[in-house]
Amino acid sequence: MGERIGVFVCHCGTNIAGVVDVKRVAEELADYPGVAYSTDYTYMCSDPGQNLVKDAIKKHKLTGVIVAACSPTLHEATFRRAGTAAGMNQYQVEIANIREQCSWVHRDNKEAATEKAIRTIKIMVEKARLDEALDPISVPMTPRALVVGGGIAGIQAALDIANAGHEVVLVEKSASIGGHMAQLSETFPTLDCSQCIMTPKMVEVAQHPKVKLMTYSEVDDVSGYVGNFKVRIRKKAAYVNRDVCTGCGLCIEKCPATTPSEFDEQLADRKAIYTPFPQAVPNKPVLDAEHCTYFLKDGKCGICAKVCPLDCIDYEQKDEFIDFEVGAIVVATGYDLYPIENLGEYGGGKYPDVVTSLQFERMLSASGPTGGEILRPSDGEVPKEVVFLTCCGSRDTESHLPYCSKICCMYLTKHAMLYKHNVHEGQAYVFYMDVRTGGKGYEEFYTRAAEEDDVLYIRGKVSKIFEEDGKVMVWGVDTLSGKKIEIAADMAVLGLATIPNQSAAKLANMLKIHADEWGFLSEAHPKLRPVESLTPGFYLAGSAQGPKDIPESVAQASAAASKVAALFAETEYHREPIIAVIDEDTCAGCRVCVSVCPYDAAEFDDEKKVARIKEAICEGCGVCIAACPSGSAQQKNLTDEQLYKMVSAALEV
Amino acid sequence: MKLRLTADMLVDEVLERVETLSGQKLRACYQCGRCSAGCPVVEEMDIIPSEVIRLLQLGQVDEVLSSKTIWICASCLQCASRCPKGVEFSSICDALRAIVLRTRLATPKIDADGLTRVMMSDAPQMGVVGALRKLNG
Repeated sequence: MGERIGVFVCHCGTNIAGVVDVKRVAEELADYPGVAYSTDYTYMCSDPGQNLVKDAIKKHKLTGVIVAACSPTLHEATFRRAGTAAGMNQYQVEIANIREQCSWVHRDNKEAATEKAIRTIKIMVEKARLDEALDPISVPMTPRALVVGGGIAGIQAALDIANAGHEVVLVEKSASIGGHMAQLSETFPTLDCSQCIMTPKMVEVAQHPKVKLMTYSEVDDVSGYVGNFKVRIRKKAAYVNRDVCTGCGLCIEKCPATTPSEFDEQLADRKAIYTPFPQAVPNKPVLDAEHCTYFLKDGKCGICAKVCPLDCIDYEQKDEFIDFEVGAIVVATGYDLYPIENLGEYGGGKYPDVVTSLQFERMLSASGPTGGEILRPSDGEVPKEVVFLTCCGSRDTESHLPYCSKICCMYLTKHAMLYKHNVHEGQAYVFYMDVRTGGKGYEEFYTRAAEEDDVLYIRGKVSKIFEEDGKVMVWGVDTLSGKKIEIAADMAVLGLATIPNQSAAKLANMLKIHADEWGFLSEAHPKLRPVESLTPGFYLAGSAQGPKDIPESVAQASAAASKVAALFAETEYHREPIIAVIDEDTCAGCRVCVSVCPYDAAEFDDEKKVARIKEAICEGCGVCIAACPSGSAQQKNLTDEQLYKMVSAALEV
Repeated sequence: MKLRLTADMLVDEVLERVETLSGQKLRACYQCGRCSAGCPVVEEMDIIPSEVIRLLQLGQVDEVLSSKTIWICASCLQCASRCPKGVEFSSICDALRAIVLRTRLATPKIDADGLTRVMMSDAPQMGVVGALRKLNG
């Protein structure tokens, strides 16, 4: 055999050399079959170290390189580049990990560590002897992005991608973009009006020439892979020709049917034909057939159609399906509040004066159902004492959710402060477990609430709330003084936990992207790849990935957008070629691979009656290879033959 | 013991006097406990300094005024020098003592003439001065 393998043993200072006898390792490997050159060096990743590898490749006409050093996650790319620079195929450069998996864990037995290092390198030599020269897989790139969710994260991501010069399809399930941020009154820690800073962005994204805005629409189907997704959008029947409608509002005014408003968190009613809020974008109504008299009573109504000056009402309208090809998908589906019904000890939603945090936002909002006045839902009186509760469902491993919802400490502080600005003689109490103010200007904001607005923070979790004599009785404790506390309050506001948008769970399944056990989408790496999904081509923005406040959502959205822009900078996308391949000559066409592939990368060729792997989609997970009964499916550069020889080397048999 | 908190309790007249006399803002204390942790005489107190402030934040004036703590405080200012929020517990103690002395006339005062030579020689000088200052307003 003509292999000429080079072995380069790194000392990593004393990280490796302090435990492993690197000289002996290099000497033993020099005599191993197939090895043409073997040496050691203090820091192989340094420039002189890399030059040592490059020079040896040329001088000794090496056909493969083993760098025995740290984990391949750190420097595999470094040495592959060095190999390429010296004219070697990068997939014939291999790493033998003798640091994390050897010297670091066997400090107390240097002799055995040296033996293990030798064997680890021999394993990789056996692999390298059969490594083929491979090329990265090139797939064409469609430079158009799909952004799912029209809240602040989705809007920001869409704007940034569009401003980088790429087309964007922005899909929002409700009738207007804006998301939860449009519902908020003022925003911590600066107290600027949420709608005032939100609406210009909504208008900008709607008018952007590169953005195709699709409201009242949902993602129906997604297929394909990075660079080449095919998406089908379902444009829900609005029963209004929204292309012609001018948003005059006459239909809304005359509509006789009402139902609780989702935007106002059920504190006020909306019509059956409606725009969610006055600054809606687009400011054109949709008709909600579930609450419309025309639909409920077999055509007995039709007032909206009669009053519309432009004949926009179309009761026969059907859902429409529109297909797009996109290269990347940003998921920004946002959050919901943990259901109040789950908190029976706080009334579970049956006490009118125990409200959710989003309901209180609507009360504070100048455009809300009370015009910005704080009034008790039960009798419309101004509440003199209001209790705010953090951790309603959060940080409760036994009965609810284990995680911290992150934003509640701050928004309840804001609520308490704004309540005091509204009701000067009122008293606000905040029950807390820890006040978490990790953000710029947040601690100062909390201090301001406690010192200037006399908000009384009480350290303890409320055990129950019940109604008594027209009051909401709050039973808590102050663990700082050890006193059990009872407050006869006029109102209580629950800082309900943040959970992922419940209607987005289906979407994550359809997209085949990972989520944690609570449904928050998983990032590829918790520190170093926080805005990407593990599945190539998918990016995460906002609370869909985990509880986030506005600045963080915007930052993550912009980060995701820059990742998309970088992806679109190339006309082709290059993928690792370490994937499955099927030998057509031996494939029996049993289709086991097709059924087990989690990425839909294995397909069946009906003409040849054999299975085939779609190169651009295969992630190289190896499931089909393990499942294939005839051994026809093989992983490139990790074939059965290679694995057999590697195991033999490991066992020295 | 259950404490029924009301807004009225939190705007108590005595509390306001404590803040005025001491020049300290009670709500500024965020209960880190550093005053209690560094106090050299905390072992002798029935309520630790940070808890005194907490009780005042909760409007529990009587409990504080009847505590031993306010008389045990030696006014060494260790707490004041270390407080991260600039709240001087020692000044609050001064105020609390003043309130007791001014409102409870029955509080026995020390008669300087009645101090015997033996008492004077046994007691530390700072203690005698402090006692006279504290108990005679």
